[in-house]
Amino acid sequence: MTIQRRTLIGAAAAGTLAVPRLAPAQDAPGVTATEIRIGSTNALSGPVSAYSVISRCLEAMFRRLNDQGGVGGRKVSFTVYDDAYQPPRTLEQTRRLVEQDRVAFLFNSLGTPTNNAIHRYVNQRKVPHLFLATGADKWAQPKEFPWTIGWQPSYRTEAQIYAKHILAERPQGRIALLYQNDDFGKDYLNGLKDVLGNRPLTTATYEATDPTIDSQIVQLQGHDVLVCATTPRFAAQAIRRVFDIGWRPMMFMTNVSVSVGAVMQPAGVEKGVGLITSDYRKDQTDPAWATDAGMNEWRDFMRRYIPDADLTDNNYTYAYGAGSTMIQVLRQCGTDFSRENVMRQATNIAPMDIATLLPGIRVQTQPDNYHVIRQMQLQRWDGRSWVRFGNVIEGANV
Amino acid sequence: MSVSKGLPADAAIAAIPLPAAATPAWQRIALVLLGLAAAIAPIFVLESFHLFQLTMAVIMALAVLGLNIVTGYNGQISLGHGAFFAVGAYCTAILMSHFDWSFWPTLPISAAVCAGLGYGVGFPALRLAGHYLALTTFSLAVAVPQILKHKSIEDWTGGVQGLFLVKPDAPFGLPLSSDQWMYLVAVIVAGACFLLVWNLIRSRIGRALMATRDHATAAEAMGMDIGSLKTKAFALSAMITGIAGSLSAVAIEFVAPDSFSFGVSITLFVGMVVGGVASILGSLFGGLFVLFVPNIAEAISKAAPGVIYGVILILFLFLLPDGFAGLLRRIAAKLRGRG
Repeated sequence: MTIQRRTLIGAAAAGTLAVPRLAPAQDAPGVTATEIRIGSTNALSGPVSAYSVISRCLEAMFRRLNDQGGVGGRKVSFTVYDDAYQPPRTLEQTRRLVEQDRVAFLFNSLGTPTNNAIHRYVNQRKVPHLFLATGADKWAQPKEFPWTIGWQPSYRTEAQIYAKHILAERPQGRIALLYQNDDFGKDYLNGLKDVLGNRPLTTATYEATDPTIDSQIVQLQGHDVLVCATTPRFAAQAIRRVFDIGWRPMMFMTNVSVSVGAVMQPAGVEKGVGLITSDYRKDQTDPAWATDAGMNEWRDFMRRYIPDADLTDNNYTYAYGAGSTMIQVLRQCGTDFSRENVMRQATNIAPMDIATLLPGIRVQTQPDNYHVIRQMQLQRWDGRSWVRFGNVIEGANV
Repeated sequence: MSVSKGLPADAAIAAIPLPAAATPAWQRIALVLLGLAAAIAPIFVLESFHLFQLTMAVIMALAVLGLNIVTGYNGQISLGHGAFFAVGAYCTAILMSHFDWSFWPTLPISAAVCAGLGYGVGFPALRLAGHYLALTTFSLAVAVPQILKHKSIEDWTGGVQGLFLVKPDAPFGLPLSSDQWMYLVAVIVAGACFLLVWNLIRSRIGRALMATRDHATAAEAMGMDIGSLKTKAFALSAMITGIAGSLSAVAIEFVAPDSFSFGVSITLFVGMVVGGVASILGSLFGGLFVLFVPNIAEAISKAAPGVIYGVILILFLFLLPDGFAGLLRRIAAKLRGRG
């Protein structure tokens, strides 16, 4: 009798001991024996719905992954909800994903104000909030917000890269910055200061609601270097105005505002000659990549999975890069898709090449550095197109 | 959209006191208890996400009620109530995040600020009529998000970044989660406002408001001070929408200019028309509609949720031309006719 009871207790103890070993895979939210659920929000409707093609591309990438047998013995189920780019809706839809659909984690939610609205919620709940589709620098705060990580080079990194180039080319130059008075513009101010330190920097700001920036240009006139952190409409005005008043500075333009159709043509293609910007993606319209292995991989994917897509839309090369990074993280997870492990793997990516990124630009993360892409290459406007020059430059480590 | 659509409503509202008086007291009490039970039941039935959605629907319903006072009952079209919603939200957010106030004391402040603002905006209402007033208020809705970003008040509003705040926790150690408590707060505040408006509309002032809407000259001839009535209606309406804004700020725990684009004003207007112009119960339905129908639209088609939303809206207007409240009235009329 005693022995029997002891065996029973022993068996029970063995049972409780065995449970934790199985638990991570079974108890992980959003993970079943056959499926991993991933959630996202995007502007499927509303003023910036042009970005919805990103979700379309990511859906297709997960479809391809499932066709190839999935990952860790499981298929990926990717759910995207529409937030119409309204922060309250983003919170509602994110809560729907986390609490109702019980996704394992969030991936590539679109927009800065929208992600702001869920920043604290996901960190309180410890839900991985991975590779956001926004260029703000605030997603790289491993100490304060360990569950949130961006992907593309932040505006601040971009400004650091410009500053490094300025110091190399015009060490004595007097530098001016024109920026929009919001988070977007201030990231550039911080980035320049990161590298320039105490060197003099003249700044002028404008409000997004201002009709023109003529007076700011005149105010800054005479400096040797001009950096513009402006949205497309003001970018076109700045390029035109600087040229018209006969000012010929070494001029940098944020890569948010370098579209040929939306900025360079309205400004006047001849007025922007010599303008410098940066990129981290291969431009799919550049003949240099016509036979590139990476771009062929991308083109083959597009042909098979999204045959009706507009191949000149660079949101597809962006999405392909973010999706490839996500899939790499899933593979690194092995069979443990618990939130802790997903976050651990997402912050331990060894430097890797991505098919649609420029050669030499690598995706990488460390637990204390959440800047996934830290490098860019400069390019110059020659009157017809953007021409890359120089080596890949890495942002400052601050 | 003709605001005088509300005409049949007057008959119904005037008629209400009679049957109500005829209803035995126990029936009325039973109705009230039933309503209370329906309002409280979700706390125990729904999961936290659905409770959050319902909280937002109640808040939107309150905002629609505010709009209904000025547009439905007083006949002044406002396309700018999103501005009062935003101001209410920001009042609460600023007091809570900069001055560490708790939520409740911010409510009267935000109500007072919005009422004051409504009173100020209501003044031009004396001179502008119909479409001109609509455009004036619309400009308010367009301007407010940009004003909130302005650098002179950026230290207070947090600029583009917005402000973060924290939901109140349940007091007295009540065994409620913060979502459950938030729902209860929204229901209590909204319930109080609905009750006040219900009483107001059935009072002398309510009848005066509708008289002003239906025939201003006649109303003036009867000795009503139209200007004062209109301005006060505007102030009251702004106050209620502002209170809804305050609630939304704590429910979402975040305010930013992008959350209050002019689309909010249009959403409130849609809620009012679909729910029923000049109807109190209709406002409740309007709140549910503007929160849940976009989700239904998205469930039907991810490619073009906007188109589906539009189709549903048109269907509603086609099938229920006088809103959800109109449907209820028709059903009630039929039942009464049969009785």
